[in-house]
Amino acid sequence: MTGDAGFNEVFFEDVRVPRRNLVGELNNGWQIANATLAHERNMLGSTTRTQETFQRLVRLAQTQRRNGGPASRDPVVRQRLADLAIRVETMKLEAYRQLTDALRGRAPGIAASVNKLVTTELNHDIARAALEILGSYGPLDRRSAHVRDRGVWPLDFMFSLGLIIGGGTSQIQKNIIAERGLGMPKEAKPR
Amino acid sequence: MMDFGLSGDQEALQRAARELLARECPPALVRATAKTADGIPRSLQAKMAELGWIGLAAPEAEGGLGLGTLELALVCEELGRVAAPGPFLPTQLVTAALVRAGSKAQRGRWLPRLLSGETLAALAYLEDTDRHDPAGITLAARRTRAGWQLDGAKLFVQGVPGADLLLVAARTGREGVSLFLVEAAAPGVRVRPEETVDLTRRVGEVRLRDVAVDRSALLGREGGGWPILARLLDLGAIGIAADSFGGAARALEMAVEYSRVRQQFGRPIGSFQAIKHMAAEMVAEVEPARSLVWYAAYAFDHRPGEASRAASIAKARLGDVFSRTVNRAVQMHGGIGFTWEHDLQLWFKRACWNEVAFGDPTFHRERLARIDRY
Repeated sequence: MTGDAGFNEVFFEDVRVPRRNLVGELNNGWQIANATLAHERNMLGSTTRTQETFQRLVRLAQTQRRNGGPASRDPVVRQRLADLAIRVETMKLEAYRQLTDALRGRAPGIAASVNKLVTTELNHDIARAALEILGSYGPLDRRSAHVRDRGVWPLDFMFSLGLIIGGGTSQIQKNIIAERGLGMPKEAKPR
Repeated sequence: MMDFGLSGDQEALQRAARELLARECPPALVRATAKTADGIPRSLQAKMAELGWIGLAAPEAEGGLGLGTLELALVCEELGRVAAPGPFLPTQLVTAALVRAGSKAQRGRWLPRLLSGETLAALAYLEDTDRHDPAGITLAARRTRAGWQLDGAKLFVQGVPGADLLLVAARTGREGVSLFLVEAAAPGVRVRPEETVDLTRRVGEVRLRDVAVDRSALLGREGGGWPILARLLDLGAIGIAADSFGGAARALEMAVEYSRVRQQFGRPIGSFQAIKHMAAEMVAEVEPARSLVWYAAYAFDHRPGEASRAASIAKARLGDVFSRTVNRAVQMHGGIGFTWEHDLQLWFKRACWNEVAFGDPTFHRERLARIDRY
């Protein structure tokens, strides 16, 4: 959707690999892949980039003008920014707490799924807020003469939607949280 | 080393509090207390005093346990978990004010009675303007030969009726805010209960008419009340945020438990994705919010420069999260969740008060915007 080629499909046809390339034991790949997926969720759920993006959003709000003044003077925008700041802060502190738990050797449970679910949606909401602050400047492409922030916001808006889907959609994360985290019953199998 | 977790002692305190309150404060007690005149669960109150909870954060030299705001927040969380009635937090705030700014005589007179549970206290600061800033304080204190005379009205006073001791924020001169210790039984003090939806707390109006107090009633310096009060409001916000976290966690548990046993269309409703996803969304909001409460409580004691910011963040978030979580919990219960008979209503209504107490989410978001200079 973003026009970049990082997202693709890989086809395998009669590909031969030497036995030594087998990772772990035969027929045990799902466990290994699952562990990797937990790491992927945590990577997608990391707040480092989110904090940085939020700081850029604040700077945008302070420079972009709406109704004759900086957007950051508008009470509605301020509420929006503060709410996002609070959500960013929540996940930052929660990462510290989870890190401390990990250092103490406690099992993370479904934390990776919560991180992935919350942070990817938060990233998307930050980009969305930027587009709203930008108004008519929002959809301008990076080649436009009037573009703000080199057109990064509409790109970020689309890219962050991809990460809500990639690494297990939000809906999949919710299933994991409910079934593995809360022990809610599995869905009935279709007959 | 990075350490963002509870100590063994803190975990033990929280566990002990949870066990005690599960035993001593079941929903039946909450409902029974709601029918009493002053809303105070006397035997529970006595047990909490006996365990030293009232003086939890007071220094040992004053007869307290000498613990910190984080420990206090853990107890508040557990009180929220059982929707405990009674003026625990208001009494904490007045105790904290005495510890921080009280004269030797004031501390000697009031702290032993407060810590033993004999005296209950309330902080009277809001007025009909509902402003949480110095401009909101207009109740007049005039100098007299013997001390001061207080005239005016306070609204939304939590722990009233029932409190014996009131800490009243008043205006002295044109600029100053000063704090006064006023006994609820003093001549000219009239306390009227306010009707609220929250069955677990008492909120009232306090009218002061020609109330004469002597010089020893002034807490701190004349005109020096606001910094003390501002600190109390942050502490109150943290206490309510912790209470909200406990309430939200309990509402989520109740909803999940119900979804596992309630059958519809021949299977438990918890097996439907619509219900599962609602529960997962609650988890995604509630679980990480714990860190906000812990950090705000820690910052209150150890990071004075960040304390107000952290308190506002915790209060804004938990105000939203508790209300939303308990609302979804009612929906997950369906019709039974909307009945008087079901206990969930106790938390739903408590959330209404928690959301606005010590500043609603909108107030705290704007305060954050100002602190962070947007």
